[in-house]
Amino acid sequence: MSDTGIGARMLRKEDHRFITGKGRYTDDINLPGQAVGYFLRSPHAHAEIKKIDIKKAEKAPGVLCVLTGDDAAADNIGGVICGWMIHSKDGSPMKAGPHPVLAQGKVRHVGDQVAVVVAHTMAQAKAAAEMINVSYNVLDANVDPVASQKRGAPQVHDVASRNTVFEWELGDKAATDAAFSSAAHITTLDLVNNRLAPNAMEPRAAIGSYDAGEDHYTLYTTSQNPHVARLVISAFVGLAPEHKLRVIAPDVGGGFGSKIFIYAEEVVCLWASKRAGGVPVKWVADRSEAFLTDANGRDHVTTAELATDSNGKITGLRAKTIANMGAYLSTFASSVPTYLYATLLSGQYNIPNIYAEVDAVYTNTSPVDAYRGAGRPEATYVVERLMETAARELGMDPAEFRARNFVNSFPHQTPVIMCYDAGDYGASQKKAMEMIDYAGFEKRKAASARKGKLRGIGFSNYIEACGIAPSAAVGSLGAGVGLWESAEVRVNPVGTVEILTGSHSHGQGHETTFAQLVSDRLGIPADQVAIVHGDTDKVQFGMGTYGSRSGAVGMTAISKALDKIEAKAKKVAAHVMEASESDVEFKDGTFSVKGTDKAMAFGEVALSAYVAHKFPTSEIEPGLKEGAFHDPTNFTFPAGCHICELEVDADTGVTEIVDWVAVDDFGNVINPMIVEGQVHGGIAQGVGQALTEAVVYDEGGQLLTGSYMDYCMPRADNLPSFKLGFTTTECPSNPLGIKGCGEAGAIAAPAAVMNALTSALGVKDVAMPATPQNVWNAMAHLREAAE
Amino acid sequence: MPAISMTVNGEKVCGDVEGRTLLVDFIRGNLGKTGTHVGCDTSQCGACVVHVDGKAIKSCTALAVACDGVTVNTVEGLAKNGTLHPMQEAFREHHGLQCGFCTPGMIMAGIDIVKRKGKKLKEETIREELEGNICRCTGYHNIVKAIQAGAAKM
Ligand code: FES
Ligand code: FES
Repeated sequence: MSDTGIGARMLRKEDHRFITGKGRYTDDINLPGQAVGYFLRSPHAHAEIKKIDIKKAEKAPGVLCVLTGDDAAADNIGGVICGWMIHSKDGSPMKAGPHPVLAQGKVRHVGDQVAVVVAHTMAQAKAAAEMINVSYNVLDANVDPVASQKRGAPQVHDVASRNTVFEWELGDKAATDAAFSSAAHITTLDLVNNRLAPNAMEPRAAIGSYDAGEDHYTLYTTSQNPHVARLVISAFVGLAPEHKLRVIAPDVGGGFGSKIFIYAEEVVCLWASKRAGGVPVKWVADRSEAFLTDANGRDHVTTAELATDSNGKITGLRAKTIANMGAYLSTFASSVPTYLYATLLSGQYNIPNIYAEVDAVYTNTSPVDAYRGAGRPEATYVVERLMETAARELGMDPAEFRARNFVNSFPHQTPVIMCYDAGDYGASQKKAMEMIDYAGFEKRKAASARKGKLRGIGFSNYIEACGIAPSAAVGSLGAGVGLWESAEVRVNPVGTVEILTGSHSHGQGHETTFAQLVSDRLGIPADQVAIVHGDTDKVQFGMGTYGSRSGAVGMTAISKALDKIEAKAKKVAAHVMEASESDVEFKDGTFSVKGTDKAMAFGEVALSAYVAHKFPTSEIEPGLKEGAFHDPTNFTFPAGCHICELEVDADTGVTEIVDWVAVDDFGNVINPMIVEGQVHGGIAQGVGQALTEAVVYDEGGQLLTGSYMDYCMPRADNLPSFKLGFTTTECPSNPLGIKGCGEAGAIAAPAAVMNALTSALGVKDVAMPATPQNVWNAMAHLREAAE
Repeated sequence: MPAISMTVNGEKVCGDVEGRTLLVDFIRGNLGKTGTHVGCDTSQCGACVVHVDGKAIKSCTALAVACDGVTVNTVEGLAKNGTLHPMQEAFREHHGLQCGFCTPGMIMAGIDIVKRKGKKLKEETIREELEGNICRCTGYHNIVKAIQAGAAKM
């Protein structure tokens, strides 16, 4: 292994600009003559708009234009869409209400955008927005997802009666019911998967710029997938055809799913730039606006049951989930509580019968869509809480109960679509148990008890489906797009390389890992490789980065393009070295002729390809540039075992995580340093969900957690250092053997924490986030027993 | 509009600001130094940390007019003659950043911790002292390691 090849802990190439303050995020970009856009937002959760009077605002100092939903309708600016069709059990299509870029007739959540003011300065825009007079007819708000389907609940969209977007099912109901009728034991849990705000540290931002001379638009935006943004804005919003719209996502300060989606503000900045006479319009969310408008994550209410036989073998799993979609269906919202959730309800286990029902509902809250893990954390939470609870009820060791039910032959077809292709779940659990000294837990518990602390230990053996995904397969499940990835490899005459990729890096370190792949394959140093991404004018097309797909899908596309480069370079080398092509070998950056001392370095062959003196250009075209589109053949299935050990202060209800072991199987790893970083960050987000974070609305639909004063982000002193280990089974569905690692921590962590906490307290459930107050309340039985 | 002047990264700068202009907006907007970031509007995240007269402050919480005559150091001023500050180097070495958005604030806060607590920093001390800085990417694990290592080399 070289210092810069596959498997090397190479330091990141992108770091220099970030540590020296030279990163270039959207808000760091200022275009000549740029104005600012300020959105007037609804103060009400649910109201009819009777009238909007903008006359005074239009005349306010510095104002270039004021636009409302009526203007958008007049200009034929379409709404933003949800790109995944889900059908209900009865075969009817989901009920998607309109999502105009500026409200038309009605506002549906606090923060819904009502008008935009474009002015020279932010102070002017804000002052003018104060002069807009909106008369509202305030309606009752529908905030609680469980109550939203009840008769008489306020209706968010006319098209969705009982606020129901779809009533979907997966699995064999009759067979699963039969398994439950004959079960020796049934474990039941009522679980709430709390609503989260993704909170990438860079707030969303956009600059729209219209060039009247070319009738062309440019959008700078905080996006994880600029090409998909361009596609939606062109094909569905109808702003401009794709060749008249360039979308650039420069450095992006974290995404975690929330920057996949196409948001109204991006469209409005582009359109407003045209309306303001071609002045570029910049909008940057402040954090309060982010809390009001970024798509949130999770928000499931579930009843789940596990059936076991008298030998501790699982015979069935049933789940009924209500998934809150918020006020509008965001870009991929419908896929999250369906095909990204219920398809993972088999966990790492042989479960012969599974049946899941999911009702998706509208409420007067901000939209809910994918957030790190997207559906798979919710599934893992259901499965792993059930596993631990069932083991306790059966009087079995939770590790032993899991081991008894592990899938251990592959391929394994689950009853819920997925076909697991490789894994060794026993190996990761065993290693994790050794690393945390599982055998010594009782001793540690006793030691904690002497200090007045309650100690608990909890497992989470997660599995996820990543590398999203085979296009035909997701198409048959309702996706409006294919989920392949593209790559182009441009070799320069001097032998340096540019990789153009449709993946987008917003913290994942692609500039490093992708260069490592190229360095490994072409035998050139990684610093001779540049990664180009995030610009629709440079990269032809791409599906972007989410669902831990950039390694498994994006790098495979690069790998396929590199195969073509190698094949062509061999032809060129054969001519130059006057050998037969079949005698040319390529290794460690050198082309050589078998059985001779003839050899050429990669750079020399590249130069020959461009000079084109020594081969027949009628047979071989000059130059060295190849592209590939890779469509995966299966999902990938990263899996592992996380174990959390924690202490609860019986006097205060404060929970402290004292140890964390994560053993993950991500298949082959390109850069262990980066992979470990992904795991750390994921665990922190999962611990945040379990212990500190929740988006809370009051009954009237006002957001109570609208800033970092109220929404408790995990800080350095809420977390321990993590102990990581790895086991490896190669992924058989891509040539690199990669499974993906970006979401694992966030998927595994909540169940590990809550299993540990319920073990410490000796209770069945504690609501997430397990704040000191929730924990204190859950300890009432202990205080009574002590009295 | 009041005129103010200050020394930023060793350079004398001046400008006209409104009374309400925040120091961070002066640094980013007037001076075009965009390494200092804004991650919140309630002084919670620390993305905007700079040093004013040698002390770390949140530049989103200071009015530019109140900083007339001070000396400011931002992340752009740390590397000297192309040599990175040990704290910058440590963040790179220990993979203390992912998206990079919190990083300037973390590095500036890290240097300040060393100034106040010395070069031998315990993990607990660093975690406590980072109370005012939020990172959503790294889980802090490598940031803590980076600050510990950077401190030892300062
Ligand atoms: S921007 Fe200053 S603390 Fe968040
Ligand atoms: S590196 Fe992204 S927020 Fe810290």
